[in-house]
Amino acid sequence: MGILEVKGVNKRFGGLQALGDVNLSVQENTVHAIIGPNGAGKSTLLNCLVGKLIPDTGSVMFDGQSVLGRKPHQINQMGISRVFQTPEIFSDLTVLENIMIPCFAKRDGAFRMHALESFAHEKELLEKAEAMLADVNMLDKRHMHSASMSRGDKRRLEMAMCLVQEPKLLLLDEPTAGMARADTNNTIDLLKEIKEKRDITMCIIEHDMHVVFSLAERITVLAQGRPLVEDVPENIKGNPKVQEAYLGEAAA
Amino acid sequence: MTEQATNTPIAKPKAPPSIVASTGFLGLNRKDATLLALVVVLTMLAPFILNPFPEGSGMAQFNAGYPDLMQRFVIFGIFAIGFNILFGLTGYLSFGHAAFLGVGSYAAIWMMKLVTLNIIPAIILSIIFAGLFALLVGFICLRRSGIYFSILTLAFAQMSYALAYSVLTPITGGETGLQIKATDRPILSGLEPGEIGRANFFGIDMRTSYELSLGDWLFTFNAGYYIAAVVMLLSFYLSIRIFRSPFGMMLRAVKSNQQRMSYTGLNSKPYTLAAFVISGMYAGLAGGLMVAMDTQVGPERMFWTASGEVVLMAILGGVGTLIGPVLGAGMIKYMENIISKINETILHQWFAFLPDGLEDFVVSMIYPFIGKGWHLTLGIVFMLVVIFLPGGLVEGGQKIAGLFRRKAKTDDTPSKTPAE
Ligand SMILES: Nc1ncnc2c1ncn2[C@@H]1O[C@H](COP(=O)(O)OP(=O)(O)OP(=O)(O)O)[C@@H](O)[C@H]1O
Ligand SMILES: [Mg+2]
Repeated sequence: MGILEVKGVNKRFGGLQALGDVNLSVQENTVHAIIGPNGAGKSTLLNCLVGKLIPDTGSVMFDGQSVLGRKPHQINQMGISRVFQTPEIFSDLTVLENIMIPCFAKRDGAFRMHALESFAHEKELLEKAEAMLADVNMLDKRHMHSASMSRGDKRRLEMAMCLVQEPKLLLLDEPTAGMARADTNNTIDLLKEIKEKRDITMCIIEHDMHVVFSLAERITVLAQGRPLVEDVPENIKGNPKVQEAYLGEAAA
Repeated sequence: MTEQATNTPIAKPKAPPSIVASTGFLGLNRKDATLLALVVVLTMLAPFILNPFPEGSGMAQFNAGYPDLMQRFVIFGIFAIGFNILFGLTGYLSFGHAAFLGVGSYAAIWMMKLVTLNIIPAIILSIIFAGLFALLVGFICLRRSGIYFSILTLAFAQMSYALAYSVLTPITGGETGLQIKATDRPILSGLEPGEIGRANFFGIDMRTSYELSLGDWLFTFNAGYYIAAVVMLLSFYLSIRIFRSPFGMMLRAVKSNQQRMSYTGLNSKPYTLAAFVISGMYAGLAGGLMVAMDTQVGPERMFWTASGEVVLMAILGGVGTLIGPVLGAGMIKYMENIISKINETILHQWFAFLPDGLEDFVVSMIYPFIGKGWHLTLGIVFMLVVIFLPGGLVEGGQKIAGLFRRKAKTDDTPSKTPAE
């Protein structure tokens, strides 16, 4: 049994079968990559895992419990964090505040009335947040308005926001898209480091094969909403079906 | 609003005040404590500050230091501070906040009619009732956001107005409203037979005033004003604490990105509802104080224009700033009470030095903007502020402060954010 078990998930958008009978099993403490050509349904699949979309049929079990029918914040509280394809951060807030919010969410749950409390009494959380920022090399930017950062920085910030929650499962949707080569390599190192330090399962969608093959222990290939193959990276590289899926797209 | 600010050279996208700023006095950081102290001094000295012109001089009509108006300044200040907790922090624009003000007023007057003429229980009851009503209205209206939320709150407020105006006449007194009458015998106040009850604070009549005349100047110190002012200062202090608390940060997160909030494990609904109820309670407090100062209430207090006014106050002063709403409230109430009192005769007096034809021309040009035309003046001021100072009067103040600072220091050290 994997920590995440997706069984027979279907999702239609009007006439388009975005996901067709998808099965996926992600083992605890592994990095599982989902690859596939544009429009294959990768983001749609993640949306079904975090409660943004509800599958038409099928089941999604996380840690032995169904996530279906739960609200996004409840699913997050179960231990799933997600990095979006386009960075989703609190752009009106400072970098440090962006990190503090998930810290509060982790400690206090979905809602707490702390209207008369002060940050001065939150030394522990502040230290945790600053340590996280140091890990992603953003400590010097902590008082910056997060809207004014580069796209790459926003992505790293979003990743830090997810990591500081110490999720059991981290979902990453193209975490290095739009990043410079150096930043991409830093991100790979960061994820590797996180992997070594903590018990964490990652599910990563990526077009950059360098990232995929540096991190992934298992790979699922999606094409036109259907899982094509699932295997270890070595076997994926030479698999003719996979090449066909990508080439098919290139030819179209 | 930040986007617009980015385009102007002076207002660079400022990071919100650091959350790690050390807290000293009363749990406020130094900047906030300074601001609070400044507001304390200004409100306490308001009878002097608002009466700069000697009695009998031509400018005396610009004096605003009379009890009635000063009370209105601080009461509407409270209303606007509360409104800003919802609108400024969460971005949810309520167009129905006057309903909570009205509910607070009705609750207070009934407390005074039936139980006691002491204003404190009346005000407490008005806060409780407004809070409960806000809980109901918020629970329903917060199912939607953006313009739909605004329309729902407007609908609720108009419904409340209609109820108060006709359906609930036995409770609200209908069109004429409620006053304290000679027949009212509150159980806890030993009134003489036939004596009309007066609102008091442990025996101090709200209308007690001490007049101080210094030369040509006359200053009035009114008990009601000082009580309302102290309540306003407490409300202001509370709002600073809320703004700077983790809860305040969550409310700003609601405004910034609700999607990220829910994928971070936070339920934005109760946060927004809490802000809505708190701001409804502020409105109820303002409504209760209004009754405490002037023991009557009518349904027009809940009319949509009253709800619109508080929106104007917040925007005019500076949405999301601490002091902005108070400034906006002061400005609007000043214009409503002062500009509306200028009439044609006064204009002729002012421009008497001009040649006759020119005098008539100038007067006829200005005339539409005074007296009943004060709304026109307000409209123009509002447009100018929104277009040129999207951050409201507070942004204007910051720009002026910035200019002075640059003159004072010609070196290129970046200017620090002035107190909001
Ligand atoms: N909310 C939606 N409504 C309608 N169609 C959608 C919706 N979301 C996705 N689709 C469609 O479903 C298909 C799969 O989209 P999805 O975003 O999952 O692809 P993807 O594999 O993430 O692609 P990419 O690599 O470009 O991000 C696409 O054809 C897309 O247009
Ligand atoms: Mg995608």
